[in-house]
Amino acid sequence: MKKQSIPIFDQSTIPNNLCPIATEYSKMMPGDWRSMLPVVNRKKCVKCSICWLYCPVQCIIERSGWFDANLATCKGCGICAEECPHGAIEMVAEED
Amino acid sequence: MSAVLKPKNKVLVCDGNEAAAWGVVLSRPDMVAGYPITPQSSLVEYLAQFIADGVLDAEMVEAEGEHSVLSVLQGAALAGGRTYTASCGQGLAFMFEPYFRTPNLRLPIVMSIVTRDGISPQCVWGGQQDAMAVREVGWIQMFCETVQEVLDTTIMAYKIAENHSVMLPVNVNHDGNYLSNGIVRIELPDQDEVDRYLGNKDVNWHVALDPQRPMAVDPLTGGSAGTGPALFSRYRQGQCEGMQNSLGVIVEAHKEWAHRFGRSFAPLIEEYRLDDADYAIITIGSMAGAGKDVVDEARNRGEKVGLIKIKTMRPFPVDTMAAALSKVRAVGVVDRSVCFGWNCGPAFQETLAAMYYARERIPCLSMIGGLAGADLTQVHFDRAVRETAKLLTGPCPRQPIWLNAQD
Repeated sequence: MKKQSIPIFDQSTIPNNLCPIATEYSKMMPGDWRSMLPVVNRKKCVKCSICWLYCPVQCIIERSGWFDANLATCKGCGICAEECPHGAIEMVAEED
Repeated sequence: MSAVLKPKNKVLVCDGNEAAAWGVVLSRPDMVAGYPITPQSSLVEYLAQFIADGVLDAEMVEAEGEHSVLSVLQGAALAGGRTYTASCGQGLAFMFEPYFRTPNLRLPIVMSIVTRDGISPQCVWGGQQDAMAVREVGWIQMFCETVQEVLDTTIMAYKIAENHSVMLPVNVNHDGNYLSNGIVRIELPDQDEVDRYLGNKDVNWHVALDPQRPMAVDPLTGGSAGTGPALFSRYRQGQCEGMQNSLGVIVEAHKEWAHRFGRSFAPLIEEYRLDDADYAIITIGSMAGAGKDVVDEARNRGEKVGLIKIKTMRPFPVDTMAAALSKVRAVGVVDRSVCFGWNCGPAFQETLAAMYYARERIPCLSMIGGLAGADLTQVHFDRAVRETAKLLTGPCPRQPIWLNAQD
């Protein structure tokens, strides 16, 4: 059963006022507009993974002895610091 | 002696919902999605049956609600499929979020609105309030008068929607109860001829879900200044141009239909006994039948009255309406819905706006009837004609006349 037409794109023939599409990859990441930075105190971290569970963008990464945030995707919301039962995460203002 | 006319094509005795379903079958969509809502339910039930019986070779998605129905079809259209759904009333209200997105993505989806009045009070009966409420969202909207016109317009809708200078979704509207469930004789167009009429589908040449050419569909576009809002502005301008282009395309689609199938319908505005008329009533949808009968009776009495019927509501055929208005000295507009903001009917409001481009400003009266399923009978239209005739000699009331309020 042939169902679909094969899309053939010749963008030069498509008016630029027709349908909103983007074909260039945007390199902007959530970390590019973060104002607060999570800093983990390794002495307090017991690797309970509460931060990993709560992070809304799944940016928590596992290191050998503690959890850390992937700063490319961390948007600095501070939920990890709020939820950490050991007070091991501190939110620090980003420098300009 | 009576002559027996042998029809060229298959004859059916069916209601408007089944007729719309046959129109869909003949248009050969790839995907149909639906969620039942009165008075549309039997339409999607017919389609489910047609697919189960192998009459229609399409995917059927019975989604969990109308929001999903139209979202599913957006995906199917982006993948290159011809698509169809139908809804009305509260279902259309629940569909509003993807409904707004569809014309902006320029997806040529066809959808019937089996028009139903708006709640509250709780009401499952006919009225055009649902379709009128969404007339400013960017869909092309055509209102049908007869069951045959429902079938034929459903097919024509694909030709209009997929035209490269249009690329907009189309609502084919038929009145709940009177068209959705009124049973008459219709003729089924020949499939090969419909195939030739519609030609090859070309749905996603401008945007596509295509692994070979990855793209973001509907990216964030806007901001306080610069290219973002400028792009947005160009998309809106393009949509408005597509709408205006569709006026000519609708006319051509109807012309070619008449040529191929021998049935002609007024594409934008129908003028009925208007050329020598002093005044006219304006109608939209299935009520036009009773209106025309009453015009005939009034003509027999010597009244010089005509009728103007709106088929295409969006885009509003301003010039065609202005030309029709220029032929008479007074008009009375009968609406099956309410324009809350102006204390009148929506077609009345549109008529006033179009009159700016007519030869002169003439008295115009708003009449509202047929709400919540009420039949607009010849009795009501007789009153509509008499009230309109009064405008020729007397003052023009600023309040609408509610035709069914004292039934």
